[in-house]
Amino acid sequence: MRGLTLCCGDGCGALLALDEPLSFWGGMDRNTGMIIDTHHPQSGTSMAGRVILMDASRGSSSSSSVLAEAIRAGVGPAAILLLVRDAIVALGVMAAAELYGTFVPVVLLDAEQSQVLHASASGVHICITAHASGHADVVLYSLKNPH
Amino acid sequence: MLCGDRGNGTAMAMRMVVSLAGVLGATRLIPVTNAHIDGCLYHGQAGLDFAQKLAGLGAKVAVPTTLNTSSLDLLHPGLVRLPPQDAIDARALMDAYRALGARATWTCAPYQSVERPGFGEDIAWAESNAIVFANSVLGARTERYGDFIDICAAITGRVPHAGLHLEGNRVPTVELDCSALSVRMLGEEAIWAALGDVVGRSSGSRVPLLTGINPTLVDEDKLKALGATAASSGGVALFHVAGVTPEAIAAAGNPDWFGKPRIAITAAMLRAARDELTTADPSAPLDAVALGTPHFSVHEFEKLAASLEDSSDFHADCTVWINTSREVLAQAREKGFVQAAQERGARIVVDTCTYITPILAPEERTVMTPSGKWAWYAPMNLGVDVVFGTLGECLASARAGKVVRDDRQWE
Repeated sequence: MRGLTLCCGDGCGALLALDEPLSFWGGMDRNTGMIIDTHHPQSGTSMAGRVILMDASRGSSSSSSVLAEAIRAGVGPAAILLLVRDAIVALGVMAAAELYGTFVPVVLLDAEQSQVLHASASGVHICITAHASGHADVVLYSLKNPH
Repeated sequence: MLCGDRGNGTAMAMRMVVSLAGVLGATRLIPVTNAHIDGCLYHGQAGLDFAQKLAGLGAKVAVPTTLNTSSLDLLHPGLVRLPPQDAIDARALMDAYRALGARATWTCAPYQSVERPGFGEDIAWAESNAIVFANSVLGARTERYGDFIDICAAITGRVPHAGLHLEGNRVPTVELDCSALSVRMLGEEAIWAALGDVVGRSSGSRVPLLTGINPTLVDEDKLKALGATAASSGGVALFHVAGVTPEAIAAAGNPDWFGKPRIAITAAMLRAARDELTTADPSAPLDAVALGTPHFSVHEFEKLAASLEDSSDFHADCTVWINTSREVLAQAREKGFVQAAQERGARIVVDTCTYITPILAPEERTVMTPSGKWAWYAPMNLGVDVVFGTLGECLASARAGKVVRDDRQWE
């Protein structure tokens, strides 16, 4: 699968496909990476080290800081896959890159690719290489044989 | 700027602006006239590192810049019960943003200030309720900016030419027909907040046009309540109200604005939103009432004072909290609108807000509010249970020390 690089970097992890948009601020614990939004269907799930598939973020513009802080603390996502060019997500990742040299890939997918991932959500491991040249490789593995 | 001709701090800010332009697919940058910074609320080390790095590199804002709520109330020391190290860091964050040249306004409602952006101005505002208000009510143009880029736009005076800066992205794409809502319902800010919850959930990423609302029923406090809640329950950064908001007035008769998919809004939908925003058992004792999210306006203080005339004190076990800005508090005090609430036991908070930092006492577990935004976020942030209701219901409940409903307001 090939996507468009929004923020360059490499990352691998188990897929976490969010059923609804999430506000990181108020919705994610910056110290643990856990989803704590009680309105969210996946409340209680950890985002740490996972490849997050989300249509877009939601709500407060403080989400960039919470995401950057989670990345600094080592509990951020391994990569983020989006359906829209979401500035709030990208800025959290860009600030962490500027300050700490940690490059979490952010990749834009289309709706068809998102549906494929949603359909295969349980037990999929994904590796992402988002190139500075603009394209991003998204490679799926089954969990039983991640490499 | 990228090459350091205006200093290394400006170069760092410009790198962020240019990177964001790439993310958004923008081909050029445009100037902005004003910025509002949300990065001054403490969320951990990363936000502090970023501001201190910019300040340490000598950066300064290039346009008039206001600051959002912080994590501390500097006028009422001791009110916020942050862990000592967090309080030190939160204060250091505020100092860093002042060193960058921003005004110490500390409010989420910069649009209540006398100096505010005008129709058609490109600006760089952060804080979701301020963004939606600036776009919708002022007719200024801002994308949904967040932490980090807000200060970078203020320093460079530039943003990517993208998103809601583009005329074509501001045209409504869904009509929400509100003609079934009663005049009585549209008289209450809290019901506008419930409407905002419905607007946020029904709009998705679309730009909603609300129709069927009598313009004489609308004021800025109601639009504030609508926008703040719509930006909490959904990603709404711009809405229009036919015959009310400036772009809707300017577009009267424009065929591009008609024939959109239409959703009928009903009173039952607003009651469902009220119940969805309520997490507490309504028979539990009421410990507190939270007003002023977004920050209370002078007009809201005036209405509160009027509704407290001839009424008794608030119940001793129920604290009424009112969040506002230091600027509005000074104006409201001067006009005599604050004393009635304080004499009955209300407590005033400035520079920050009761749902983002520890102010409520640990025993304040069940809280009533007419704010959709407070109701949305406080259970997550503070672990409290919330009852959502109108201002009238909140004040009656504060006097009784238990939840008092007035269902007639919701029909």
